[in-house]
Amino acid sequence: MRSAFAGLIAGLVFGIGLSLGGMTDPAIVLGFLDIAGAWNPQLAFVMAGGVIVTFIGYRLIARRPAPLWGERFVMPSATRIDAPLLGGALVFGIGWGLAGYCPGPAIASLASARGGVAVFVIAMLAGMAAVKIIRSPSSRQSKPTEVPAAADG
Amino acid sequence: MHPYLLALIGGALIGLSAVLLMGLLGRIAGVSGIIGGLLPPGRDWGWRSAFAIGLIAGPLVVVAVSGVSPIGAPVVSVPLLAGAGLLVGAGTVLGSGCTSGHGICGLSRLSPRSLAAVAVFMAAGFATVFIVRHIV
Repeated sequence: MRSAFAGLIAGLVFGIGLSLGGMTDPAIVLGFLDIAGAWNPQLAFVMAGGVIVTFIGYRLIARRPAPLWGERFVMPSATRIDAPLLGGALVFGIGWGLAGYCPGPAIASLASARGGVAVFVIAMLAGMAAVKIIRSPSSRQSKPTEVPAAADG
Repeated sequence: MHPYLLALIGGALIGLSAVLLMGLLGRIAGVSGIIGGLLPPGRDWGWRSAFAIGLIAGPLVVVAVSGVSPIGAPVVSVPLLAGAGLLVGAGTVLGSGCTSGHGICGLSRLSPRSLAAVAVFMAAGFATVFIVRHIV
């Protein structure tokens, strides 16, 4: 129950932040990605605000032995810059540039009755499920003992 | 208020959310990871689904307070939305993160993997928009 409350508050603050930052408007996001056109730097300010607060906040948290309501800090375990990381980022970036939605703003935009974004979110979940199925241990018989690395984000 | 100042404040709130999630639950605030974890075999369903509900409630709070919807309409056709959604979903699971997990949290942790991912997805986004708007 406590963890659901923490998730709700964190999600709410995240959704308000995306809204104030203009990230729930794909025209603004695509305006940032259009460096050869009428470039709109707004997304860079969102990133800067987010990284500054998180950079400082994470360092303050790191002094504590454990999270307040959890057993341990679950940090990404992978360290290698490998093909799945770079290939995945490439595929993600192409999709992001096509429609102007990354996962957070797409889900937050479900708050609007305007259709369309629901199609994006359903397709996104299908894409996630497809890769998870392909990468699941049962579909890789050669390495049955392999432990999947924790996701970076 | 100037949109860039609002954007900086909005970004700071996203950072606050990331700090809350790490400080309270010890988790990275990566939306693709949080949402992807809801898919079977779902783990930690409670806080993940609560996060998604909060994420959708955020713009509603902004509308209630300001009277103006922050949500813009999609700018591309429905088939293109579907194709882009597939790419974003597959790419973020394969690449272990998105704009929030790699961009905000990963860069704040000075993670080389996240820095590489951000460089690649930003470059791919720039290139895609350039091709779509200025070449095709």
